[in-house]
Amino acid sequence: MAAPMSNVEEIRSRVILGEFGVKNVHTTDFPGNYPGFDDTWDMKRFQKNFRVDVVHLDENSMEFDMVGIDAAIANAFRRILLAEVPTMAIEKVFIYNNTSIVQDEVLAHRLGLIPIKADPRLFEFKNTGEESAEEEASEIDTIQLQLKIKCSRNPRASKDSSDPRELYLNHMVYSKDIEWVPIGNQADVFADSCIRPVHDDILIAQLRPGQELDIIMHCVKGLGKDHAKFSPVATASYRLLPEITLLETVEGEKAERLKRCFSRGVIDLEDAHGKKVAKVVNSRLDTCSREVLRHSDLKNCVKLGRVRDHFIFTVESTGILPPDVLVTEAIKVLMAKCQSFLSEMNSVDME
Amino acid sequence: MAGEGEKKPVLEMVQADGADDGCVTFVMHNEDHTLGNSLRYMIMKNPEVEFCGYTITHPSESKINFRIQTRGGIPAVEPLRNGLNDLHDVCQHVLNTFQARVNEFKEGQEQPME
Repeated sequence: MAAPMSNVEEIRSRVILGEFGVKNVHTTDFPGNYPGFDDTWDMKRFQKNFRVDVVHLDENSMEFDMVGIDAAIANAFRRILLAEVPTMAIEKVFIYNNTSIVQDEVLAHRLGLIPIKADPRLFEFKNTGEESAEEEASEIDTIQLQLKIKCSRNPRASKDSSDPRELYLNHMVYSKDIEWVPIGNQADVFADSCIRPVHDDILIAQLRPGQELDIIMHCVKGLGKDHAKFSPVATASYRLLPEITLLETVEGEKAERLKRCFSRGVIDLEDAHGKKVAKVVNSRLDTCSREVLRHSDLKNCVKLGRVRDHFIFTVESTGILPPDVLVTEAIKVLMAKCQSFLSEMNSVDME
Repeated sequence: MAGEGEKKPVLEMVQADGADDGCVTFVMHNEDHTLGNSLRYMIMKNPEVEFCGYTITHPSESKINFRIQTRGGIPAVEPLRNGLNDLHDVCQHVLNTFQARVNEFKEGQEQPME
């Protein structure tokens, strides 16, 4: 790990964490910047160096490493995940009756934020420009949901009970009470993938006897940049791989202190000639707190850096689509952007 | 100028009076840092390009001004087209690699259970 690196190579490939700031933040490997380096874009070289390692994957979250790509493109994927991968969400709420204490507009907002389990790839965007089709909900662009619930007294409740759960029926309105009302042929098309809220236990409102809700909702396809309710991820972020280099051997009490400066598992103490010697075992676990730089006797023993082209992505889905599908969709969105401008340039002959 | 006469132009070309084809500002509508920065990176990797940069004109306008200046009188449309193609190919490679590795990971997870 402590392989010596020429200064130029370090500037090109590492971000340096110093005591008073972060150095070499920007990408500088462009043609003409460094004599003796060929920085012209080379697809073969990119394909050789690029790699993806999946670290963790389950139905709701994933972690993977993307190595050998520039921050500009990795960041594009992250931004697209947050704001430009489409999902279905409640956009229109028709309130026929709401006698609860939750105001109509607050209720509508709460309903909008509920993730709806429906594959957005099977739907079209609704055309907002056409006045004729303004209120028309069609089977290709809209999902219709219904919430119809009324609270009443529980006739079987004991007389002296004061627990609302026992006294009343339907006094808690949960997302599981939302029912899907298929439009057109939707009942056949989506027969095996029942459309419903992702979570059954989201509390929407609390009612008291006599209060009722009668609501029809329309879900449409949308993008996170229009409204956060359309964002398909709970979070999507990346960090650069930390790199910790010990410049000299650290022993004894100093080694103990060095170990405590980093996250657990980063530094290990090894026995050598009866003394404890510090060794970096897993720099990936470090939070890059730079605590070590506050110890005047330790700060010159270590070099803290991050590998510029090693991105550790964390993607957490809202449950509408699996996280690996979200990433592939994000990449496809960027490809579609390129394609749309290329076809635009070909169709409109630019002088 | 491109995109003229259409209702919503996606891409426009703006050139200063008397400037040659190598110095062009492209106005890309409905784009931001997502495409702007990644495309700028790809185009700056091209040795024929002297300058490439972009700005978001105003936070409430959804368009970017994307400037390209080339060396040796090459029309600025060329590096733009190449940059878009390169970026598309990069995405294709990332997509293929990602899908292959995810499938490998899923297979690896299934096997120990058997």
